[in-house]
Amino acid sequence: MAKVFIYPTTSLILSDLVARYGHTPLSSAIAIRERIQTAGIESIPLQITPEEPKKGLRWAAVEVPSGVRGRMALYGPMIDTCDAAIIINDADLAFGCMGCARTNELVKYLIRQKNVPRLDLNYPKNEKEGIQFVAAIKRFLETLGGKK
Amino acid sequence: MTAPVRIAQLSCGPEYSGVQQEINEAAKAVNGEIFFPDIALKDIMQNFNEFGLDVRSPDLKLTIARAKALVDGRVDADAVFIATCFRCAEAAIVRNELRRYIHTSSKLPVVSYSFTERTTAGTLLTRMEALTTIARRRALLARETQQGITLGVDSGSSTTKAVVMKDNKIVGTGWQPTTEVLKSAHDVIEHAIKEAGIKRKEVEAVGTTGYGRFLVGKEINADLIQEELTVNSKGAVYLADKQHGPATVIDIGGMDNKAITVQDGIPGTFTMGGICAGASGRFLEMTAKRLGVDITELGPLAMKGFSEQVPMNSYCIVFGTQSLVNALAAGSTREDVAAAACHSVAEQVFEQQLQEIDIKEPVIMVGGTSLIEGLVHAMGGLLQTKILVPKYSQYIGAVGSSLLASGFIKDK
Repeated sequence: MAKVFIYPTTSLILSDLVARYGHTPLSSAIAIRERIQTAGIESIPLQITPEEPKKGLRWAAVEVPSGVRGRMALYGPMIDTCDAAIIINDADLAFGCMGCARTNELVKYLIRQKNVPRLDLNYPKNEKEGIQFVAAIKRFLETLGGKK
Repeated sequence: MTAPVRIAQLSCGPEYSGVQQEINEAAKAVNGEIFFPDIALKDIMQNFNEFGLDVRSPDLKLTIARAKALVDGRVDADAVFIATCFRCAEAAIVRNELRRYIHTSSKLPVVSYSFTERTTAGTLLTRMEALTTIARRRALLARETQQGITLGVDSGSSTTKAVVMKDNKIVGTGWQPTTEVLKSAHDVIEHAIKEAGIKRKEVEAVGTTGYGRFLVGKEINADLIQEELTVNSKGAVYLADKQHGPATVIDIGGMDNKAITVQDGIPGTFTMGGICAGASGRFLEMTAKRLGVDITELGPLAMKGFSEQVPMNSYCIVFGTQSLVNALAAGSTREDVAAAACHSVAEQVFEQQLQEIDIKEPVIMVGGTSLIEGLVHAMGGLLQTKILVPKYSQYIGAVGSSLLASGFIKDK
């Protein structure tokens, strides 16, 4: 059983897939609701205080915007502890979404720097790609061990 | 209690910076209510594509979609607060363009701010207060003449000013450095009343503004306690006789600077701040002290010098002072150093603040620093325009307070 970091971290579908194959998803998965009445597109039910951007200094320098550092206080420890990662590029907002493009660049870079099994996929644009997309994730998760 | 002013928040990053609570508290303190315009997920991409600014951050796309919903009238609001992370270039572009878009396409008052994790409710308070004042007190801000006998007090960070007005004329003034806030206020009030030749009980209404407005307002039982952004802009167009049409008001204060665009006497967009005291009147005070002249002599001295002769960037007051000392040690003239100090302050205000608003002529400079001729000259050079400095410009907050306070006479 592996700890699998998923990107976008809010993707419920990815989180569910990882769990179904017996692994532990590292994510901040919550539903992206149909209507958005919160500050950000991936507002999470966590109490973020001004301390988090300071904790984020471990992954991003002080000159990096506070919103990036605050996010890194959450995602940084997940990246540090993960055994594997799945990155979905250019995902639809409804699939799962992280609000800050700069954080996204940093998260993906840190994952790619880490020497762990990684699946880097583009979000499918049609049904055929969709089937291949799910199959690729399934194969990847199976190679990590865990239940079939 | 009146209904809260509904302030639509358009933002990227405040939750993850841990400052959302501070924004909420600042709004609540001035009877405002922050809300996030309700928008459908399916509308985000459509609105974003229609707007045409191709940013990558999904939260900025959401912000753009929400701005469009406000302008199109699909969501009701009384005012708009735009906030994004400090040092994010992508967000800075969105912040500026949305502020301009909302300002030109709707009647909603709008203010923007770039925050760090250190931003507190106190920092945001004056901006929020101005936002709610414009939304709530449009009728009061539309006042163009002063009536009866009124007193205005401006309890500023560096100086305290008072003005007595009677039948649309300034009849008494008082000015002194702020030491003990209440004592300074009482002293300037006494001076203004004495100069006006009236008795305190003849004053029909009182207004206060500036940093000490709440404390002083409570002490002297003011009818109007109002932040300096709206009060100063009102006072500026009144004194410059530019109450109709557009204008830009620049106030380089002792602790911070304000740049406000005004339409028919009512503020539209404004910025307030200053990265460091190096861009404020405080740096000019220090320059005057180092040059051994009174602050009132700095302006004429600067007019005789050439700023280009002395390299100076007062981005930080410490390094600015160091440049000043180095220049004098290297043989620069006092006149050139004075001119360089004025140019440096003007340049910073120009670079840091005036880029955030759309300058509209006439440009009116107010506050104590507007009496420093060299500073006004430097600002005029940077803006390529002739700057108006009205009579009594150093009393601007007190005049604005006194003018607006007369709106309370009939209530008594």
